[in-house]
Amino acid sequence: MSVSVDKSEPATVATDYRPTPARRPRRSGVHRGEAWWALAMLVPTLVGLGVFSLWPIFQTLYYSFTTWGAFGGHEWSGLENYRSLLSDSELLQALLNTVIFTAVTLSSVPLAIVVAALLNRPGMRGLAVYRTLYFLPVVTLPASVALMWKLLLSGDYGIVNWLLSLLHIDGPYWLSNPSTAIYALAAVSVWSSVGYNMVILLAGIQTIPRDYYEAAELDGAGKIRQFMAITVPLLTPSIFFVTVITVINSLQAFDLVFLMIGVNNPALDHSQTIVYLFYKTGFIDHDGGYAAAIAFVLMLAILVFTAFQFRLQKRWVHYV
Amino acid sequence: MTNSTRSGHSGAVLRKPRSRRHMLTTWRVGAVVLCVLALVGLAGCDSSGDDGSSGGKVTLSYAVWDQPQVPATKRIIAEFHRSHPNINVKVQVTPWDDYWTKLRTAATGGSAPDVFWMTLAYFQYYAKGGALMPLDSQIHSDNIDMSKFVPAIRDAYRFDGKTYGMPRDVNSFGLFYNKKLFKQAGVKFPDSSWTWADVTAAARKLTNQSDGVYGIVAPEVDELGWYLTIPQAGGDVLSPDGKRSGYDQPASIKGIQFWVDLVNKYHASPSLQQMTDTDPLSMFTSGKAAMYYGGSWDPVAMSSVPYAKKNVDVAPLPHDVTRNFYSNGLANAIYARTKHPKEAWEFTKFLGSKRAADINATTGTVIPAYKGEATNYVRSMPWLHLQRIVDQLPNAKPFPSTIDTSVWRDNATKEFAKAWTGQETVPDAAAKVAKQMDAALSDERK
Repeated sequence: MSVSVDKSEPATVATDYRPTPARRPRRSGVHRGEAWWALAMLVPTLVGLGVFSLWPIFQTLYYSFTTWGAFGGHEWSGLENYRSLLSDSELLQALLNTVIFTAVTLSSVPLAIVVAALLNRPGMRGLAVYRTLYFLPVVTLPASVALMWKLLLSGDYGIVNWLLSLLHIDGPYWLSNPSTAIYALAAVSVWSSVGYNMVILLAGIQTIPRDYYEAAELDGAGKIRQFMAITVPLLTPSIFFVTVITVINSLQAFDLVFLMIGVNNPALDHSQTIVYLFYKTGFIDHDGGYAAAIAFVLMLAILVFTAFQFRLQKRWVHYV
Repeated sequence: MTNSTRSGHSGAVLRKPRSRRHMLTTWRVGAVVLCVLALVGLAGCDSSGDDGSSGGKVTLSYAVWDQPQVPATKRIIAEFHRSHPNINVKVQVTPWDDYWTKLRTAATGGSAPDVFWMTLAYFQYYAKGGALMPLDSQIHSDNIDMSKFVPAIRDAYRFDGKTYGMPRDVNSFGLFYNKKLFKQAGVKFPDSSWTWADVTAAARKLTNQSDGVYGIVAPEVDELGWYLTIPQAGGDVLSPDGKRSGYDQPASIKGIQFWVDLVNKYHASPSLQQMTDTDPLSMFTSGKAAMYYGGSWDPVAMSSVPYAKKNVDVAPLPHDVTRNFYSNGLANAIYARTKHPKEAWEFTKFLGSKRAADINATTGTVIPAYKGEATNYVRSMPWLHLQRIVDQLPNAKPFPSTIDTSVWRDNATKEFAKAWTGQETVPDAAAKVAKQMDAALSDERK
């Protein structure tokens, strides 16, 4: 099966984050009519976004200044939630866990670049099969991914430790040992995000004109040199995109902790992410106000991280 | 099909044979349709909320947390449906941990199940919070004789002079053991004479590292763990007036030390990490552990495992200074804001009937709170000496609970985990737990 892609067509995923100069809207009669229509078309999306995204943000902000009663009902408590946040060691640990988780998960980006480059070689056998295999975790339910890995990582009966025992290594109880749990979770996260990143990067690689490689070959550059000097630099817009997405997704990690660790795990303190802590505070302990404050801290963290990344991108992202 | 004149001029441009005017109209109609659809969709969110009734038929939701008990529950529902054909009951099973998260969230949002299981641990919280429907007027008008229930459970579901729960079952306990493993290790079967020392000695002897077999499982839990041993040692979890923690009493510490020693001192039990990876009951029913402190609700789950059915029996709880233990018992409660209070009561009334108790007892599911049903429970599984579990009932003490039990209970479970993993000594952990619990109890009274 040939997988050639029309080189003249830009990648389907928007990867250009250069600021576009704001244009003054033109206001001729015809265009005003069109503007109305545009608005009418946007209404369904805007209403959805407003009701399900924007309004909850303001509601959460309000709730973060309240203390909740047993079954609903809340009273204003000012900055109290934020004051207790400052001295909450559990929150600090959760932040640390989240940072470790994010850092390890980010290793899926270089991994995905290599995989994408390997899977872009024309004439490779079973290309479609490999691409499908790598993408499979993305279309698999997170719940089944988590449960399957929980079985694989089981201390006494898991395949991972059985394989290690063949090498005479005594594997730990990955998911209930406080010093391994977060890394085990992050490894699963890497495994499940390589596929998605790979597809984006593959699309990016295919927009790189072949001539560059031909020219490099004439100049005597080897495969590795070509990869480092052509593929990687020209791929930076896509790399930037997957990095931002991976960071945002990892900062919001929840499902793996919920399904693979669980409430009564001795490793919970050292593996819960900030979103899991939010869930625990809000839904298990029913401290809605405090949970809202945690959610706000998370939102700020994501904002800062993302702003930082956009600032840094000027240094390393090359737009052709 | 008419050909547009303009496309005739420039042959390169292909145009659909329609005027621009015509196209715009189509677009407009399309846009309006889309908007209307979107609005209907949004409005639909509200009206599609199924209120469960159509044409005189009502569907009730019934929330429970224990999967092995569902078959008996479904039989009860089927019988109820036969006498009340217009009421359907849907069972919702949610495992224990998530059950309370879900129930409390749903009750806060006004959409809890119509009827649900309630435990003594959290009953007061729900009753005080107004999430449960008082049943007194219905009990009175339907002439329900509440004296047919075990008084300990019946009275425990009263709050501020009102009844909020239809008693369902009463918990008792026993020491389950694997006959095959006992014979192999040449250890005498446990009997009523056994003390803690006998358990420890047997557990050490039964532990066989090379086969991966442990003498016992010592899970880090209260109800199937230290709520059995603390009263036996003469300690208290909660002072009788409900104002102070008893965790720092020497007897209570002794009751917890018993379990921790089995794990850390004698290595006769799997570690906490192992028991987090693999459920302790599964270890026992698959022959990886020789003893298991189990509840009266456990046999029904064991009976579905052929290996367990062949090799397991039960002995009376080993004792220490006393034979006392804390006993919980469930009740069925009605959600205060149910849309079908009449039907929910009809169903709850049936759940409290002798017929429902019969089904629960003859299937060996639980010991019903309905007096006189224990014999049916004992007869349900001839392969187990269930009488030994029932015989413990006179030693049951009221389950320690206050209005906000979950706060100090969850905290105790979290803190004692450090003793199980050896990070903290039991007295240190107990002192911390007691301090936090005292603070929680005084918060509660504010």
